[in-house]
Amino acid sequence: MNQVENIAAQHSSILDVCVIGAGHSGLAVSHLLSKQGLRHLVMERGDVAQAWRDRKWDSLRLLTTNQQTRLPEFAYKGSDPHGFMKAAELVAFLEGFAQHSQTPLLTNTKVTKVRKDGELYSISSTKGDWQARAVIVASGACARPKVPAISREFPASVTQLTPLEYRSPAQIQEGRVLVVGASATGLQFADELKRAGRDVTLAVGEHVRMPRNYRGRDITEWLSLTGIYDQRYNEIDDIARGRNIPSPQLVGNAHKAILDLNSLTDIDVQLTGRLMGINNGVAQFSGSLKNVCMLADLKMRRLLGSIDDYIDAKLQGKAPPAETFADTRISDSPATTLCFARNAINTVIWATGYRPDLPWLELPVFDHKGQVKHDGGVAPEPGLYFMGLPLMRRRKSSYIMGVEDDARDITNHLASYLAN
Amino acid sequence: MNNVTVDFTNGVNVEALLGAREAFTAAPEAAQFVWRAQSTWKKGTHTQTSVQKFFGLGQEQSHRQVFSYDTDHPEIFASEDIGSTPTEMVLVGLAGCLTAGIATVAEHRKIQLHSVTAAIEAPINLQGILGVDSDIRNGFSSITVKYTIDADASEDEIAALVAQSQKRSAVFDTITNPTNVHVLVNS
Repeated sequence: MNQVENIAAQHSSILDVCVIGAGHSGLAVSHLLSKQGLRHLVMERGDVAQAWRDRKWDSLRLLTTNQQTRLPEFAYKGSDPHGFMKAAELVAFLEGFAQHSQTPLLTNTKVTKVRKDGELYSISSTKGDWQARAVIVASGACARPKVPAISREFPASVTQLTPLEYRSPAQIQEGRVLVVGASATGLQFADELKRAGRDVTLAVGEHVRMPRNYRGRDITEWLSLTGIYDQRYNEIDDIARGRNIPSPQLVGNAHKAILDLNSLTDIDVQLTGRLMGINNGVAQFSGSLKNVCMLADLKMRRLLGSIDDYIDAKLQGKAPPAETFADTRISDSPATTLCFARNAINTVIWATGYRPDLPWLELPVFDHKGQVKHDGGVAPEPGLYFMGLPLMRRRKSSYIMGVEDDARDITNHLASYLAN
Repeated sequence: MNNVTVDFTNGVNVEALLGAREAFTAAPEAAQFVWRAQSTWKKGTHTQTSVQKFFGLGQEQSHRQVFSYDTDHPEIFASEDIGSTPTEMVLVGLAGCLTAGIATVAEHRKIQLHSVTAAIEAPINLQGILGVDSDIRNGFSSITVKYTIDADASEDEIAALVAQSQKRSAVFDTITNPTNVHVLVNS
């Protein structure tokens, strides 16, 4: 009898912990729960890493290098440490981890309701009901695309896509494409659509600019080395803002090309300010494009300056010389309006971020904006925890290599909660 | 005396603002403000507009006194030029808002300012308001604000002050982004 059957056989008894979701967060925290001897199950709506299996986007790769793709006691062992995994490779990696960790996994088990019943949590699923003393919600920070309300005002003739539906430029109909959002995703869409011969407009709000490589290393390796990724959530000035920052403008590709707004301008992608309104079939963009670019340039220079400081202080200056990057070039008069009909805009792609999807979590842990309330992953409801949320406990929380430290903290907190 | 030495000041009470930010997070309704202005047509293109009352912190508030502004058109438009043009008043608002923001952000970042001046230019094509060419908009075709700032900070730090001020400016936002405007008559 394997571990799951063993636990399932004692169906009537109570779990210590129910983990919901078998992505990198759920698997990692399960590994540490096992080490603590806590009796738990990981419930997964589909199979291991289902969200990554569901992604259709052909060219999607991780933003962090293979050598940084680490889980507790499990690292990348392939021949390309500086490469970037495709979605299918990450699925294989996570499957390997689940096997190695002997995750007590219940696959094809969709959780339909989580409630509190006295001191215990009751969990309803498509494979029956359970009780647990604690619950860890690890069902993903990117379960649903965030699409702004303005999407409802678009002309019906415009096809709207989210990153979860996007596959490749071949699926996009003729005409100009409006990509909304200047995150890693938005820039990658704009770049590959333009290179496939489409006219592209990219609406740019606040964004995070950084070069793929700096002074001989991948930027994400510097972010690890300098301790920036380890910065704690309670040391950050404005945590609510920090948790909503878009992903950095990076692309995981073999030739380490720079992807930024200048590289898009070079190939004639049209840049506009943030999409603010739709009026009579005309899209209205903010006149603040120059300023958001200025903010991003200044922040990038501060980041690179802190890497320079680290190299001077800790590496005795031993790294290739400091590099500078041109300021973001913005035309003197970026468009503030675009008529859908006149500009033949037939498609809009919302690269405007994601949010968790927790309609089954019937507990008072949501704020007035529907976001989960938590203090570093610890919910206001005793015994309820989250994993894998952006900047949950550290800057690296939403990255794969960032999950281990969070999982350890959460497991320790949970173990002492159960012990009392 | 054992007083803490004040290294710098730009005269902005940042503590009060940070306190307000905290209070408004806890009690969002207190953050609902309404700014008001009352205007009266005088003669020709001359209008007088005053501000005094506003709403905020859950109740009616008042400025220390009535502030009054005259707007008119210059003599080249055959007006009496009793005040600045209303379009120039928009620039007044922008300059006031951005500069207040710079001082506030500088205070928060402990940067001593010595002087902050701005020259604002905003081209406008009058063919728009005169209805000569319907493709030309009525408003400014662009606005350029040129700051000259002397402060105890690096060039990038000064640039960051100005950028952050724009990011948090009500007037900058109102100008750069669409706003629904409801103009009612005898209602």
